[in-house]
Amino acid sequence: MPGREDVARFPEIREPLLNTVSAFGKNKRIVPEPFDVSGVTDLSGAEEMPAIPDVSEVETVRHFTRLSRLNYGIDHGMYPLGSCTMKYNPKIAEAAAASLQSIHPADRNAMSPVLKYLNLLQKYLGDICGMDAVSLWPAAGAHGELTGMMVISRALQVRGETRGKVLIPDTAHGTNPASCVIGGFGTVNVPSGEEGFLTASILKEHLDGDVAALMITNPNTLGIFEREIREIADLLHENGSYLYMDGANLNAILGVARPGDMGVDCMHVNLHKTFGTPHGGGGPGSGPVLVKKELAPYLPLPVIDEDESGLFTLEYDRPLSIGMVHSCLGNVSVCIKALAYILSLGPHALPEVAKAACLNANYLKKKLSGLFELPYDTPTLHEFVLSDKKQKDDGVTALDIAKSLVDSGFHPPTVYFPLVVHGALMIEPTETEPLQELDRFVSAMEEIAGQSTYDPGNLHNAPHTSPVARVDETAAARNLILSWP
Amino acid sequence: MSYVPHSEEDLSKILSTIGIDAPEEVFSSIPDALRFRSLLPIEGPLDEESLRREFAFTSSKTVFAGGGIYRHHIPALVDALASRQEFYTAYTPYQPEISQGTLHSIFEYQSMMAGLTGMDVSNASMYDGATSLAEAALMALRGKGIRRILVTKATQPSYRRVLGTYLTHVEEAAIEEIPFDLVTGRVDLEALQGMAGPDCAVFVQSPNYFGVIEPLEEISAIAASQAGFWGIVVTEALSLAALTPPGKFNPDVVVGEAQSFGNPPNAGGPLLGIFCTRKEHVRRMPGRIVGLTRDTSGRQAFCLTLATREQHIRREKATSNICSNQGLCALKSALYLSAMGPRGLKTAALQSAAGARCLMGLLKERGIAPRFSGPVFHEFVISMDEDKRKRLENDGIVPGIPISKAYPELPGMLLVTVTEMNTREECACLAERM
Repeated sequence: MPGREDVARFPEIREPLLNTVSAFGKNKRIVPEPFDVSGVTDLSGAEEMPAIPDVSEVETVRHFTRLSRLNYGIDHGMYPLGSCTMKYNPKIAEAAAASLQSIHPADRNAMSPVLKYLNLLQKYLGDICGMDAVSLWPAAGAHGELTGMMVISRALQVRGETRGKVLIPDTAHGTNPASCVIGGFGTVNVPSGEEGFLTASILKEHLDGDVAALMITNPNTLGIFEREIREIADLLHENGSYLYMDGANLNAILGVARPGDMGVDCMHVNLHKTFGTPHGGGGPGSGPVLVKKELAPYLPLPVIDEDESGLFTLEYDRPLSIGMVHSCLGNVSVCIKALAYILSLGPHALPEVAKAACLNANYLKKKLSGLFELPYDTPTLHEFVLSDKKQKDDGVTALDIAKSLVDSGFHPPTVYFPLVVHGALMIEPTETEPLQELDRFVSAMEEIAGQSTYDPGNLHNAPHTSPVARVDETAAARNLILSWP
Repeated sequence: MSYVPHSEEDLSKILSTIGIDAPEEVFSSIPDALRFRSLLPIEGPLDEESLRREFAFTSSKTVFAGGGIYRHHIPALVDALASRQEFYTAYTPYQPEISQGTLHSIFEYQSMMAGLTGMDVSNASMYDGATSLAEAALMALRGKGIRRILVTKATQPSYRRVLGTYLTHVEEAAIEEIPFDLVTGRVDLEALQGMAGPDCAVFVQSPNYFGVIEPLEEISAIAASQAGFWGIVVTEALSLAALTPPGKFNPDVVVGEAQSFGNPPNAGGPLLGIFCTRKEHVRRMPGRIVGLTRDTSGRQAFCLTLATREQHIRREKATSNICSNQGLCALKSALYLSAMGPRGLKTAALQSAAGARCLMGLLKERGIAPRFSGPVFHEFVISMDEDKRKRLENDGIVPGIPISKAYPELPGMLLVTVTEMNTREECACLAERM
């Protein structure tokens, strides 16, 4: 295994900040100059130069090329981040969205075909999820959750009711409680049952007239299908509450089971997870929100409409709507990429996604559960959770295991989540991992399990081959340096 | 097409390892009544050539539309580098050891945004300008005693609508609109003076939705002394290269839209929300922030910091629920700013301003004057009847954005925008057809 010193010879490790290579006159770019600027005499900052670096084109290109080499992407290898569904992002989707770039949203003739396709995506997402109406405007999953909570809040208001709390199982994503609170609700944590899923009888204990909704992820973050969800939905509906589903894990049931059939009233999907659009190092994602008929009037503005002449337009006259949640139409190009993905697969290949995702995950689980503690042995779908319990005796933690995987050329899995498992390692390979890559991952994990008994120190110091060693996050928070001087 | 990579042999190996006979059995934990066994009513599969044919969108030839989303020159290197899979297909940089590329470039984005706005810190991005404004209002409302959000009526209408949506659920918070002067198009300072108090946060967009540059010096004199919190909204980031940095007017936050920096209009999105603030507010700020630190060997390294404000740590007590933001758009901004440099950026800004003045001059020759007398950056309001606009649009010319629905007091008005992407000939053609 190469030591860090070997790697340290790569020049990019000492890649400087752009401001330190800046010098007057380096950047010789010419930009379009169609107009005579002599008439521009009335702008207050016209004389001052903007405070950005002056670097040549080649320096810009090399700087960012070198920086890119410090990153790990899905095209490098397996990225088994649980609940993040890091699958391969088909290149054709990028090509499909390319011609969208130059269109201004006020260009109504150009927008009509765009809206036609957005409308089609809404229909397809509705069909896939068994839901009646869709809004594509939330820009990310958490934005979709918030929008969904606002929809539920508005529905309650129209019903003339005030209900203050949303129940959230202990396996929930961190965004769930935060979205509920910003949507105006308090949250109550509900424990999962012993087998790792929420039972109807546990839910019953928490139901009262103040419960606005239950926000559940299905399959949940343990990878377990919430098998009592239909009973749970009935209980909620009898109680006058709504069932919200976080669709982060939709990949597991794509074309195989539909949230609408489970009694879900409102949900969001993550196009950047299930529908193969790239995550971009933290967005842009897209978090469309889907509802049953009863909640449709409250969806955000605008609504896509088709007039008699077949022209697609945007309709803003929906008095019951929660209003706008984005200044324009959300992440339009991400939506177009997702549609291209769906069309590229077609109706037969789409359910194969879920099948292969679940098979890959179960293959890994079978191979790894002897080496690592498996806290729940309930059947799982697209992901599963191991813990560091066996390695803890040798002082090796989930973090050590995660960081060591980097040395074998993998992105680490999600760690310390879900919170119900101590020292959790949450593994989601997705359907696009070849068997050979899964086997390589198994070997890496076997090696780590072995090392934790005979050389735990090596794991504490991992990763050894990454561009930088473990980063001092405490120092970063204590001594804040958030921009160059 | 299927992106599942297994051979038949692979598949049988997987099945036998798991200990099942048929792939279907992997779904045995899903109750039978909940299984969906029909074929989805979806077209396809489409091959790549069919997909390319299907998704061939075309813009109108001549576009004078802006209003918060702008067409600007984007150097070729921006897309070339932003499309590198290492940036494009990476996740949020939770694992700093193998995410230094994203973290380093976002740190540079933060640095340049802080520099351009004249503020201490920038976060790593928000969804768009409207949600940045809404989150700024939520941040202000968490401050002591702030109950009212004052926002100028000349602030982008969609921003005000999003603000309204976000604040519906905040108890006792009221939104009040500060009127504009019907002659100048600028904020009514007397009204502001009368409305501002320690229980309110004031938000002012400049240049405002009519393209008019607000008198920030005078506004600051009132807002900074009378209001509990105040913020400047910038919906055209390129104006930062031609106007006094808003930070000079001492606001608590500068929020807005940076799509202009290296991101094309894209039919409306993705956009890029700016969120900059002063040092003392940094722990109350929403969104991701990248900090500079060291690794255990003492080398320069970056990581996400101040995570204790965030949803994955604080859960229901977080300052915001934002998780995925617009990372790649922020990267494109950093690439754009680096590629343009100070002079390139300045030229693009001044060319846009010069274009607007060129078109105004041509219109003046035809007796058409802007609706407002206030100074503008690169957009302005004129009157135009609906039929004429539609005729132009059918001839491939988008003359601007009709604003009368949002402002019934301004009937038959159009917001016209010129940038360095327009030409003198286009301006002449538009003026001729007015």
